[in-house]
Amino acid sequence: MRPFTYERAADALSAVKAVASTPGAKFLAGGTNLLDLMKLDIERPTHLVDVGRLPLAGIESADGGVRLGGAATNSQVAADATVRALYPVLVQAIVSGGSGQLRNKATVGGNLLQRTRCAYFYDTTKPCNKRQPGSGCGALGGLNRNSAIFGASDHCIATHPSDMAVALAALGASVETLSPDGSSRTLAVQDLHRLPGDTPQIETDLVPGELITAVILPPPPKGGQAYAKVRDRASYAGGLASVAVAGGQVAFGAVAHKAWRAEKTEAALAAGASPAEAVEAELADARANGRNAFKIDVIRRLTVATLAEQGRGA
Amino acid sequence: MSSVKDWAAPNPITENRGGLIGKGVDRYEGKLKVTGTAPYAYEVEPPSPPAYGYLVTAPIARGRIARIDAAVAEASPGVHFVWTHHNVPAQASRGSRANPRSQRASNPALVGDRIEYFGQSVAFVVADTFENARAAANLVEVEYAAEPAVVDFAASLDQADQPPGEEDVHIGDFPGAYGSAPVTVDETYVSPVQNHVQMEPVATLAWWDGDKVTVHTSIQMVKGGQHALAETLAIPGDRVHLLTRYIGGGFGGKGQPYDDLILAALGARELGRPVKIAYTRQQMFHGTIHRPAVIMRVRLGAEPDGRLTAFAVEATTHCARNAIFTEHAANFSRNLYAAPNRLTGHRLVKMDLPGAGPMRAPGEAPGMLSLECAMDELAEKLGMDPIELRIRNEPDVDPETGKPFSIRQLVQCLTEGAQRFAWDRRNPKPGQVRDGRWLVGMGMACAIRGNFLLPAKAGVRIDADGTITLRQGMTDIGTGTYTILAQITAETLGVSLDKVKVEIGDSEFPPAPGSGGQFGAATAGSAAYEAGMNLRKALTELAVGDPNSPLYGGPAEYVTFENGLIGIENRTEALAALVARAAPEGVYVEGSISPAADARDYSQHTYGAHFAEVGVDTVTGEVRMRKMFGVFAAGRILNAKTAKSQITGGMIWGVGTALTEGNAVDPRYGSFINQDMAGYLVPSHADIVDLDAIFLDEADDKANPMGIKGVGELGICGAGAAVANAIYNAVGVRLRDYPMTPDKVLAGMIAKGL
Repeated sequence: MRPFTYERAADALSAVKAVASTPGAKFLAGGTNLLDLMKLDIERPTHLVDVGRLPLAGIESADGGVRLGGAATNSQVAADATVRALYPVLVQAIVSGGSGQLRNKATVGGNLLQRTRCAYFYDTTKPCNKRQPGSGCGALGGLNRNSAIFGASDHCIATHPSDMAVALAALGASVETLSPDGSSRTLAVQDLHRLPGDTPQIETDLVPGELITAVILPPPPKGGQAYAKVRDRASYAGGLASVAVAGGQVAFGAVAHKAWRAEKTEAALAAGASPAEAVEAELADARANGRNAFKIDVIRRLTVATLAEQGRGA
Repeated sequence: MSSVKDWAAPNPITENRGGLIGKGVDRYEGKLKVTGTAPYAYEVEPPSPPAYGYLVTAPIARGRIARIDAAVAEASPGVHFVWTHHNVPAQASRGSRANPRSQRASNPALVGDRIEYFGQSVAFVVADTFENARAAANLVEVEYAAEPAVVDFAASLDQADQPPGEEDVHIGDFPGAYGSAPVTVDETYVSPVQNHVQMEPVATLAWWDGDKVTVHTSIQMVKGGQHALAETLAIPGDRVHLLTRYIGGGFGGKGQPYDDLILAALGARELGRPVKIAYTRQQMFHGTIHRPAVIMRVRLGAEPDGRLTAFAVEATTHCARNAIFTEHAANFSRNLYAAPNRLTGHRLVKMDLPGAGPMRAPGEAPGMLSLECAMDELAEKLGMDPIELRIRNEPDVDPETGKPFSIRQLVQCLTEGAQRFAWDRRNPKPGQVRDGRWLVGMGMACAIRGNFLLPAKAGVRIDADGTITLRQGMTDIGTGTYTILAQITAETLGVSLDKVKVEIGDSEFPPAPGSGGQFGAATAGSAAYEAGMNLRKALTELAVGDPNSPLYGGPAEYVTFENGLIGIENRTEALAALVARAAPEGVYVEGSISPAADARDYSQHTYGAHFAEVGVDTVTGEVRMRKMFGVFAAGRILNAKTAKSQITGGMIWGVGTALTEGNAVDPRYGSFINQDMAGYLVPSHADIVDLDAIFLDEADDKANPMGIKGVGELGICGAGAAVANAIYNAVGVRLRDYPMTPDKVLAGMIAKGL
């Protein structure tokens, strides 16, 4: 097999140092995406540093919000009483993703760092700038029903597949990271992921070895919360489009290279626009790529309906 | 040859004194499967540690291998050898048949430099571990000279031709009748490529003892696999011992052998140790057959009272250039509705795609997606209930051939189903029933699927301890074959189920044609019944001729087999006691079944009616099932549990067909977009909320001695159309392009101003 080495990290800092100092090294947590990609020869790590058993799985109240450990599983987060009370949008988003088995293994950090489900990324006989920079984008001009309508480039029209990240973006959550020099920083979830530009292989602003140790949820915004996801089948399917609403904060899923915080919609809502007007403000930036044009209609209708339902519920 | 009249007399199965026929007994092998101890082909313990094979496949649709270099792969850790077309061992040429009686011809792997479809095998790596084989496969260097390929079906319809040896069927004057019909429908329906996505991929484990090869493989037809391997290796058939004891789904996709069978056998011979290989999930999509896309034009002409006067179903489909297969999507319509003026036929486009082939209810499954919606459209134009429209067109005899039906309870299925489903709740005007954000609708469709009986044999032995063993070269692809063979054998011989062992999936057992075309239970089961009847005769002779038996002297014509006892008048003896005393070495007999000489004098089918209730999200266009119900008439039911599982499984396929399942070809590459089960979406549990089915009481005494028929394919026939019709009833959007995903439904809703 393609050889790689494995170590179980003793603590977070040594894990970070190990990945930073070993070319081609990667963190391993739940492994639900990484191991699949390794079997397909898409991910080719030389060294895996297992952070899944580090004491980073705690879920704690902090400053009116909640701190989710980076190694907490998706199932743990969705079942946590405080999270359920304060962040129903997050719970709804998490349980709409993957399957029960996957959520039992997948972690908070790993969920954010999962890679696109674009079929052209997975089929290694096809060009993909994300998998093989410079080879082209197979999805452009292809069967691209699932591709991005916001922030795509001529190099990549892939979407980020996480449901959880969409709720986190709407909630204004941040990630807390540990860097190889031992320093810690926080950055907003919507700033964690990059747009593809001409380097779609670089998906986040994390530096090599930087580890997501926690997600910080600020106190919930005033107002109702809801997550609505459109998918081909009732369960265990990636979103065609999704909307997370938390008070006046709105994010879209499955429409961009990242969870898409709909700032123009939020601004319009704050200025007193109707939901329909507010979503159009955001959709002015949307661009279809052939077969994904329906996503614009879905986002339009779903956002209006979700905001209306949230308004009734609040 | 026999006559269907021979089957009319009562027999142990139709009398069912032990009550085992029809009983919902648990699966014979169920415990092994749910505890993970049923060894599938890849998991069988070989006599010595195996080596592992892995395929390298082509990334182009058509062309040739310009250069292939395995040197780096061969030097990779653990690699035993790498075969390409340069060094693969000699095999018989494709399609050759040294033994004219072989059921399948030679099927060589890796021969020649031609690439005929994306995903074709081009190299075979064998290594000490699966991981080493897979890693080395990535190191085989191949350069291709690609050539223009025909891979875009919709863009290639100008190349559609009559399938070889087939002609359209014209009855009466269709053009004239259609032209003068007061009410007409002329619509075109499209169904996509579908894949079988069996849970278990194709897989083979092979080893040799001297000049004889043993293969454990996953295949629906024992003899077909045995003969294909023997022909390819150019060895006599009896030097191939093929076993296929447990199969994780077939659905038609494992009706033929693939490269795993040939290469495992060749590899094991090369290495002198066992070799095993399984296709990856991705390789399954291109390396095995698929159901082709079908474009179906339906034209119906009717009188205002609903009587059809003109009826045409024309289907255009595709197949691989060098593997001719026709998806006979119009055939079912030849037997369904009365209409004096008829036209049915098929057109075929030969393409540079992987092979098209049979998949659960080939023909009916896509075909009924057209006519059963067109009938719904006609009913609406007529202002008539769609069930009433069908009843008005119920034929007295087969509408194409004029032959009598063996038995036909289609109308009973419709009326019984309508009552149980409460069809009268349905508002015939679309878009009227709202439930919050959802619009709710109901639809129905008929089901029809042919019934078949093929020649088969079976062997049965009784040992001195009273154990009865049924042996047959039959397969169980998850359908319940083990179980129904045990029930038939036990009932025929008047013993309890725990006295019966079933051994199948072995080429050294009396042959049966295997699983396919929903002929398995009738065919294999009838042979098992005949073997059981022959064992009754042998045991009767044994008892009547044995002075130590209380049955000595007969009269043999009054013999009974009940409760483990053989009896004559008021004298009985335990079977075990008889055999232990009079034949301690056991008694073995065989039996066989053949189609009756006059079977074709009858139009013989299975029937059903589907009822579906869906909700359509008016915001998103998502369709979710609310209820599905079916009523079926399929002869005598052998096992209430496994039959219902088969039928509802088919209905679930219908839901997938209507809502999610399909594959598309990227015409730039000639490959399918969906290559795993995250892309190719079959229904999940959450998609199937309230699903039920019943069988009408029926026995078809023209079918076989037991009066049973097949149920494996009937459930999918028409099921997707019922869902499509329910979507229309819910929102008034008539889609004719399957599957009906949210993007399509939403576009229709927006066009209607919804």
